Amino acid sequence: MSTSVTNTAAADGATNRAGFTTAIGLVIEREIMVRLKSKAFMISTILSIVIFGVLVGVSGALPSLFSSTDKVAVTSAGAKAIEGLDDIEPVAVDDVGEAKSLVTSEKVEAAVVESTDSPTGVAVLSLRSAPESLIGSLSLTPEVELLDPDAPDPTLTYLIGLGLGLVFFMAAMTFGNTIASSVVEEKQSRIVEILLASTSARVLMFGKVMACTILAFAQIGLTAVAVLAGAAVSGNDFVLGSVAEPIAWFVPLFVIGFIMVAALYAAAASMVSRVEDLPSTSTPIMMLIVLPYMGVILFSSNETVMAVLSYIPFSAAVAVPMRVFLGTIEWWEPLLSLLILAVTTLLALLLATRIFERSILQSGPKLSWGQALKRS
Amino acid sequence: MITLENINRSFGAKQVLHDLSFDIGDGRMTGFVGSNGSGKTTTMRILLGVLAADSGRITVDGAAITPRHRSAIGYMPEERGLYPKMPIIDQLVYLARFHGLSRQTAKKRGLELLEQLDLKGEPTDTLESVSLGNQQKVQIAAALIHDPQALVLDEPFSGLDPAAVERTLGVLTSFAASGAPVLFSSHQLDLVERLVDDLVIINDGRLVAAGTTEELRRQRSLPEWTLQTDADLGWVRGMPDISVVELDGSWARFSAPDSDAAEAVLRQALSVSSVTSFGPHEVALNRLFQEVTQS
Repeated sequence: MSTSVTNTAAADGATNRAGFTTAIGLVIEREIMVRLKSKAFMISTILSIVIFGVLVGVSGALPSLFSSTDKVAVTSAGAKAIEGLDDIEPVAVDDVGEAKSLVTSEKVEAAVVESTDSPTGVAVLSLRSAPESLIGSLSLTPEVELLDPDAPDPTLTYLIGLGLGLVFFMAAMTFGNTIASSVVEEKQSRIVEILLASTSARVLMFGKVMACTILAFAQIGLTAVAVLAGAAVSGNDFVLGSVAEPIAWFVPLFVIGFIMVAALYAAAASMVSRVEDLPSTSTPIMMLIVLPYMGVILFSSNETVMAVLSYIPFSAAVAVPMRVFLGTIEWWEPLLSLLILAVTTLLALLLATRIFERSILQSGPKLSWGQALKRS
Repeated sequence: MITLENINRSFGAKQVLHDLSFDIGDGRMTGFVGSNGSGKTTTMRILLGVLAADSGRITVDGAAITPRHRSAIGYMPEERGLYPKMPIIDQLVYLARFHGLSRQTAKKRGLELLEQLDLKGEPTDTLESVSLGNQQKVQIAAALIHDPQALVLDEPFSGLDPAAVERTLGVLTSFAASGAPVLFSSHQLDLVERLVDDLVIINDGRLVAAGTTEELRRQRSLPEWTLQTDADLGWVRGMPDISVVELDGSWARFSAPDSDAAEAVLRQALSVSSVTSFGPHEVALNRLFQEVTQS
């Protein structure tokens, strides 16, 4: 009994336990390699990149696809009135009678003829309804004075909220489920006990969260590049222009918020033994993502609600950029919001590690959130 | 030598280990037996650091166990499992690297082990694509991949076919022969009897017996002998200090406080008939186990 476990191990140097960061690196490497080798992951990534890129690319060409040139019968007075108008193909007629007959036989959309009753001097004849663009261009417009030409367009605000929210929501849901199934796989296949004998629960937890974050942002980054390329191709300056500052705030808030969500999903997954039980513990997290998102969409024009939502960690990533866009936010507010989110994320990571450590070896019936936190 | 001293552990209000102490000697195969729920798996998990003990300590050659010691243990948990969809050699390399092996060393060693264990299938196949028997070989390879200095195996023979049992036995005995401590639990007491040098028996989380199988037999309340003659042995019941355990015509098994009392029975038998056989009765381990766990 003289052979010493320590001495021999130290002597040949083969059995040094990998350090904390090395071990996290191993977990990250495996998680990423597994996803990259997964056909489902690669196909969904490529599809999302292509679809978003193409959508933005063709969006610039969309207006011309939906507009058409209207044929309009014009008398000599009418011809003068529509001079210089786009989308109108004038058909010259001699008098009002001929114009009427062309309209009733639907050879033309409308006719513009002289009229003494009209203040504009011309009248538009049409069968059922006259083309909006024609009426618009022939109407008298009052003088318009823009007091704040840079004021944000409410529709655009709404679209930004919808868009950023969708990115956050989709990423959180997709990768939340990815990390959850990766945790349950190790628990269900029982390899977790061998892993825990070789490394710590904290290493597994941090490694998975980091791998998931890297994958998520690689996927989103590539999609963003595709969208920008599409925008450049189509000359769509809506994407490139006014939203740069909101997006600059969105990115850090999104990264940290994502880590928080990923950690919570990992904790939820460590409480169940089988994939089938996963929804019962992950649904509360999904609610935490969905409800603030709905709030941002529904109350995008209510400043008070938006101010509150910009401090709630789950909605900050969408609410803060929207308020930045609207210009209703003080310079320090995004920073405070980011700080609150970072602290919450740190707490979520600690909480998740605690739950993960306590419940990962539990097999059998699933734990509730309360049980998992109380267990000693 | 690995020593467990006064290990206690409770799950909630239920205490599953009570002041458990025993040694795992270097170069010795130590069998760990106990009925279901007696605390074997919990003990092994504490030994590996997967679970923490509430109190007590574990030492390696007298010094408190460290993560580095634990990393030098090859562990096979009772609940088997590896990644079903990951190539066999990849997961062996992955596990080995947590123990500080380089990728190249781990791969070389993994391929050697799979060769030794006679894996039917390619090392690059996914685990789920090979047969169950071959998956078990991979499981054994996973416990040995980092060239461990000690082995802790929870039910290593459960679910193995006879050929696989023999192969696993071969691996374990040669491992112990190299001077390393080996602890394994098993329900197959006939196997344990054949294999072990030392035996640790626990019941309800308490140590009931520990020592070599010989020592344990000697510790029994009374040793037993068997006697075969060609005449009826009913008279043995009347001998002083002797109690008959089993009697079947001309064959008897009895216990005696010492060998003198047993020899008195033999002399009496020789005087009334001819004796075909007489000798001490080797108690099978399963009977020993029943005795110590029921007393």
